[in-house]
Amino acid sequence: MTKTILDELIEADEFLLPGNTACPGCGSTLALRYALKALGKDTVLVIPASCSSVYQAIYPKVSFKVITFNVAFASAAAVASGVKQALVKKGYEDVNVAVWGGDGGLIDIGAATVSGAAERNEDIFVFVYDNEAYMNTGIQRSGSTPPGARTTTTPLGKIVGFKKPMSFLMLLHGVPYVATANVAYPTDLYEKVKRAKKIKGFKFIHIFAPCPPGWRFDDSKTIEVARLAVETGYWILWEGGYRDGKLNLTLSPPSRPYKDPSKRKPLEEFLKYQGRFRGFDEESLKRLRNWIDYQWSFIDNLAGK
Amino acid sequence: MERYDVITGNDAAAWGARLSRVEVIAAYPITPQTTIVEKLAEWVDKGEMDARYIAVESEHSAMSATMGASAAGARAFTATASQGFLYMLEMISWAAGARTPIVMAVVNRALGPPWNIWSEHTDALMARDTGWIQFWASNNQEALDSIIQAYRVAEDKRVILPAMVMLEGFVLSHTAMPVKIHDQSKVDQYLPPYNPPHYVLNPKLSEPFAYGNILFPWDYVKVRLAIQKAMENSVDVIKQAAREFQEIFGIWHGDLIKEAYTDDAEVLIFALGTVAEQAEATAELLRKDGYKVGVVKVRVTRPFPKPEIAKLASKVSHVIVIDRDISFGWDGILAGEIKATLHDYKVDTPVTTKIMGIGGDDILPEHIEKAVKEVYNK
Repeated sequence: MTKTILDELIEADEFLLPGNTACPGCGSTLALRYALKALGKDTVLVIPASCSSVYQAIYPKVSFKVITFNVAFASAAAVASGVKQALVKKGYEDVNVAVWGGDGGLIDIGAATVSGAAERNEDIFVFVYDNEAYMNTGIQRSGSTPPGARTTTTPLGKIVGFKKPMSFLMLLHGVPYVATANVAYPTDLYEKVKRAKKIKGFKFIHIFAPCPPGWRFDDSKTIEVARLAVETGYWILWEGGYRDGKLNLTLSPPSRPYKDPSKRKPLEEFLKYQGRFRGFDEESLKRLRNWIDYQWSFIDNLAGK
Repeated sequence: MERYDVITGNDAAAWGARLSRVEVIAAYPITPQTTIVEKLAEWVDKGEMDARYIAVESEHSAMSATMGASAAGARAFTATASQGFLYMLEMISWAAGARTPIVMAVVNRALGPPWNIWSEHTDALMARDTGWIQFWASNNQEALDSIIQAYRVAEDKRVILPAMVMLEGFVLSHTAMPVKIHDQSKVDQYLPPYNPPHYVLNPKLSEPFAYGNILFPWDYVKVRLAIQKAMENSVDVIKQAAREFQEIFGIWHGDLIKEAYTDDAEVLIFALGTVAEQAEATAELLRKDGYKVGVVKVRVTRPFPKPEIAKLASKVSHVIVIDRDISFGWDGILAGEIKATLHDYKVDTPVTTKIMGIGGDDILPEHIEKAVKEVYNK
């Protein structure tokens, strides 16, 4: 019997050790587990302040079985640039250098740094696990929080902003690889990292990673919530990049059916699980639908009809 | 081949980095630092220097990338000034905590607002509590030589801390003077390749490890105390580095301090960088009129040369500290450090602070003469 990609994912070496200090149902640790399985042992992780600074465990213990460098909030992509350039200078070009951080560290405070590294086409990975707020500091709103969601700094769900479309921004930098992923689709994530590994240059992977305490849902529901994000069209799985003189963008298989809005589940099904959307009014719903439409139209325009 | 050339302080600093065979440079332009990094970029582009140059998007990223390169085992260099220095201050502190022996040239410049591109020492002095070793150059030769010495000190296994070398904006950075450009083989003899005594960010050379993850206060204290210990160790390392430099290159810039006319001095002037140089020239003039003035150039502000300063101050009737900087609501910064030192060592010599040359204002011999005569007429 031939091995499936799922078999390969399951059998691949583990680099996130059990017994770490993540919350139950943590989406981010699932994402890291799959990403590291694809990256392998010859990897250096650069981690800005984030939940992953905490769930890697407290000194002298550590739950990551790859070299890990903890750095200041806004600095990660620049630190990774320096690490990679030094490794290339020393003749170790094949080592993967990967930034692993949250939306706060990489879409808000460190966005300029990520943009700089992307523009220079540094040969690094930047992984964002997007849990849509500053979770580690206690659920404050970030530039990646959906409009109308309740956080401790938008306690009544006041609409602020439009969830910064960081993966589109990265695509517009003309970097060779940009993808979105979702913890409910582990093989899709695993295969994307595997493909990215073969590409020299800047690689940006934006992963939807539900946060039970932050989004206020039961910690047994992480995968359901994550899957509903795709099935309602809220989170779109795609990959693309500018390679060989061409800008590519393709919808990934799990999202393909939902290009047709009539195939999508009602958005309310995604919202109803989560306390952060409690008391969501018509205006908030409209804003969120606009945001979803905006994403699909952007992708439609780039991916072609 | 060893040769003399008439070059600016910034070119001298670039030569310091080149002769030190730096492997990674990450920098962002700011006046008056620009010509250092332009020169390095040119050499790298032309293949005259075997290094990677990362043209980053900010000073914060300049220090971040430099730190990353150093932590991965490369000899790394950057340069900045003024606002750029303050913008990278978070990472300046992080780089010391991460024990990355980076060397950085700081071209001292006043802080805004109002905009001012001229010399002042306040920028670098803001980082005196970060765990960086701090050298102050008083001429272009010293800028070049201090960068080489700084790598020797920073990379010493008893130290493993970053070091910054200050040269003043325009006074040195854009002023040409004769500089000896050393023979590369002599520099190689003085400064061997960087060989990190600890794990590096390279899975081919090191086991998996994490650096900088959360730890409890009782462990945190140990890590931070190690920085203090390294600073204490660096005193002897700096002295040794200066001595051996003199043996190989025949040049003495001082170690933590450099004295002039101190043997019979009644009044001592303490200052940094070119201010000390100016004070020395003025002392020469004053001595012709019978004023027994000595000058101590404080070449290193971290680690602070407390015993040396206390001993010298104890032998005179008055101390004048000239600060080209100010800590608002406190004192001249160097003066504050010296007063604290004298108190520590129970030296009761009176100390007068003179703040001069803020924002690049000229410090002329008559300003220094006036300060000395005031003390004599008291």
